[in-house]
Amino acid sequence: MNDLTEHLRERVLAAATDRKPLRIRGGGTKDFYGNAPSGELLDTTGHAGIVAYEPTELVVTVRAGTPLAELEAALGEQGQMLAFEPPHFGEATVGGCVASGLSGPRRASAGAVRDFVLGVKVLDGKGEVLNFGGQVMKNVAGYDVSRLMTGALGTLGLLLQVSLKVLPKPAAEATLRLELPQDKAIEMMNRWGGRPLPVSATCWHDDLLTLRLSGARAAVAAARAKLGGEDVAAAAAFWDSVREQRHAHFTGDVGGSALWRLSLPSRCAPLDLPGAPLIEWGGALRWLTFDGEASIVRAAAAKVGGHATLFRGGDRSGGVFQPLSESLMQIQRKLKRTFDPQGLFNPGRLYAEF
Amino acid sequence: MGSQDEHRQLAEAEIARLIDGLRRILPPQALLVEREDLVPYECDGLTAYRQLPLLVALPQNEAQVVAVLKLCHELRVPLVARGAGTGLSGGATPVAHGVVLSLAKFMRILDIDSVSRTARVQPGVRNLSISEAVAPYGLYYAPDPSSQIACTIGGNVAENSGGVHCLKYGLTVHNVLSVRVALIDGTVVEIGSGALDSPGYDLLALMIGSEGMLGVVLEATVKLTPKPLLAQVVMASFDDVVKAGNAVADIISAGIIPAGLEMMDKPATHAVEDFVHAGYDLNAQAILLAESDGTPEEVAEEIAAMCAVLEKSGATDIRVSHDEAERLKFWAGRKAAFPAVGRITPDYLCMDGTIPRKHLAHVLTRIAELSEEYHLRCANVFHAGDGNLHPLIMFDANVEGEVERATAYGGKILELSVEVGGTITGEHGVGIEKVSQMCVQFSKEELAAFHGVKAAFDEHTLLNPGKAVPTPRRCSEYRLTGSAK
Ligand SMILES: Cc1cc2nc3c(=O)[nH]c(=O)nc-3n(C[C@H](O)[C@H](O)[C@H](O)COP(=O)(O)OP(=O)(O)OC[C@H]3O[C@@H](n4cnc5c(N)ncnc54)[C@H](O)[C@@H]3O)c2cc1C
Repeated sequence: MNDLTEHLRERVLAAATDRKPLRIRGGGTKDFYGNAPSGELLDTTGHAGIVAYEPTELVVTVRAGTPLAELEAALGEQGQMLAFEPPHFGEATVGGCVASGLSGPRRASAGAVRDFVLGVKVLDGKGEVLNFGGQVMKNVAGYDVSRLMTGALGTLGLLLQVSLKVLPKPAAEATLRLELPQDKAIEMMNRWGGRPLPVSATCWHDDLLTLRLSGARAAVAAARAKLGGEDVAAAAAFWDSVREQRHAHFTGDVGGSALWRLSLPSRCAPLDLPGAPLIEWGGALRWLTFDGEASIVRAAAAKVGGHATLFRGGDRSGGVFQPLSESLMQIQRKLKRTFDPQGLFNPGRLYAEF
Repeated sequence: MGSQDEHRQLAEAEIARLIDGLRRILPPQALLVEREDLVPYECDGLTAYRQLPLLVALPQNEAQVVAVLKLCHELRVPLVARGAGTGLSGGATPVAHGVVLSLAKFMRILDIDSVSRTARVQPGVRNLSISEAVAPYGLYYAPDPSSQIACTIGGNVAENSGGVHCLKYGLTVHNVLSVRVALIDGTVVEIGSGALDSPGYDLLALMIGSEGMLGVVLEATVKLTPKPLLAQVVMASFDDVVKAGNAVADIISAGIIPAGLEMMDKPATHAVEDFVHAGYDLNAQAILLAESDGTPEEVAEEIAAMCAVLEKSGATDIRVSHDEAERLKFWAGRKAAFPAVGRITPDYLCMDGTIPRKHLAHVLTRIAELSEEYHLRCANVFHAGDGNLHPLIMFDANVEGEVERATAYGGKILELSVEVGGTITGEHGVGIEKVSQMCVQFSKEELAAFHGVKAAFDEHTLLNPGKAVPTPRRCSEYRLTGSAK
């Protein structure tokens, strides 16, 4: 329960004076993600603690260094949760979770991290403490800088504190499994997505489509009866393995070391790429192990209106995120300059240009 | 470049060049220059502020919008985008030496993809017409501002509009996948995509709620939601607004997120009942509307649970809608609340602060005290689930001093919202109305960051200048005149 704002601010000011970039780090569980981190280590884990939590307001405010597991446990005690089901990948912090912007299995139905971020307190590149958004659920005063910071990989500022919307845990859940080939599974996930069914997560792998239903007891039971398939034992462990990438698709001997994350319009037919993906989010997220040219994966994703990220491993020298058009890059460069004029925070982590 | 508050005056020759240039771009009927043609554009839903623009352009296609932008950019002429003009914060109020760019002609739904559950629409498409167009597929567009029969998607994107169902289904920001935007220099960019996320910074989040200050929305791809099989609403009466407020917290504590959760106080229900005969309890100090949607089994379960909670919270009367007609009747009252209040007063100002709900009793008490102080009546309509208050301050602009009194009263309510840890605007935007109160909510450095964001898109501050983000000078003046704390 420590407030290290002053300490962190001094570090930023010193870095500004010495013109020495900083590598902001929470639990270090996402060190692998993005372009290679560089700069002098700035550890946020000491800046921890839940600052305010009122279950009836559906809002929690927490310091960035707080362990994600600790936050989830506190919410769980009140029957609430982070609905975007963020992956931990180890002893993650809340700051790292928001900065990386990664969401888990419930994303397609509940929303992403950015959809639940209500406000942030940040240190900018001049060492100023700035507050954006707030602790309330609706807020349109000023540009939505809180969401801009989400997924920015710390390149726009050091997250000190975030306010998140939380939700009650569903009263009931059920997980079932059907045998379906990839194209059919994609079709079915999209069809169910258009029906008023309480589908809260989907995962297709190796001709098996696993489906989680969440909601009121009656709704889950009715949908369970309608959809057929077989009940899955140890469902929680299964979804956890997808969320934390301990599933065989991510760990097994899959003949390659580069894991690609393809974010696509959900209805896209199976891509014409070697190997079979693991599919989540109703078809909108596909994980593929592929060791060929990056340009092949990127082109395949772009062709159908999506983008590809070299998530883990592989040759990262060319940048891991899909390149942006020059007009969009120009805006992003200017935004970077606004919040971090000297380029102190996590240089190159998102794009080599900044 | 002049400061934001003193828009540049155009010389006669510049105006002539502008008109000449626009005549080359637009067909004659798409350019309004005569005073009587400009009058309908002099204000939006915030009628207390009026300003005639220099002229109004009504382009019909993207190429024309781009050409108008390029010309204005080259001549450094300010430009205000406009949808239906239902905004309540003066976001679409013209600037004197500027062009109003109306997107009213962009009324086409370009594509409906029932499989991906998305619709690509032009910015002038009305909110409700999307839901109407996709109804045959069992889908709808979830955000439902009360102005949905009139307001446009372009306006919704610019304001991040909400509706009575956004507690469960989210605001505009949660329901838009991508926008096609023309920047001030005429460059057209796609922000977002048909996928659920995009590489780089989340510019989509930045665009939504940016009040027409970062770019002109040319298209929006929105997410469609499957229509629930059934919806039912509970109407509960309370003899005390505080009890009603506590009942809201009790429902949430019970682990229920109703599809809609709205509250109205007595002055509001009386105004509404006279207007639409929604069947509201006129003896109640406050009523709550709580909706459940889903499968019939689910709705039955949730309605029973909500009724139990409401009873325990001290509701004096509880009614559940029997059929769709009755459900719509209950909501019709809530959705007509603003026009209903409009009928009983010559003018009204609609406030939009959001507060942590636990401070509701304190805030409502203060609003009532201020009503006495300023000698102005006030009715309260409240998106109770998410803490978004709409006090409606009634006044008569023809009575000397009432506009000023109403504005001052409104300003106090906004500052009160900030004081209890809330915000000056939940969904209507800052516009020109609340620009001074931005100085209360944000520090000098935070405002500077907003100006930086603006400059990343529009360095000469030509798009909707003078709105939403105050200049440092304006804030120091505001502080000097003592209106702020
Ligand atoms: C009776 C009534 C009830 C209302 N109820 C609600 C409610 O429940 N919830 C809610 O959130 N709001 C509500 N509003 C407010 C208003 O309807 C919304 O803010 C709406 O989104 C405005 O849409 P519009 O098309 O009228 O936009 P306008 O008023 O024309 O413009 C609003 C802003 O959007 C900008 N803009 C418009 N089109 C574009 C574009 N294509 N590109 C870039 N910028 C653009 C304008 O410059 C301006 O800043 C209500 C208003 C009224 C009068």
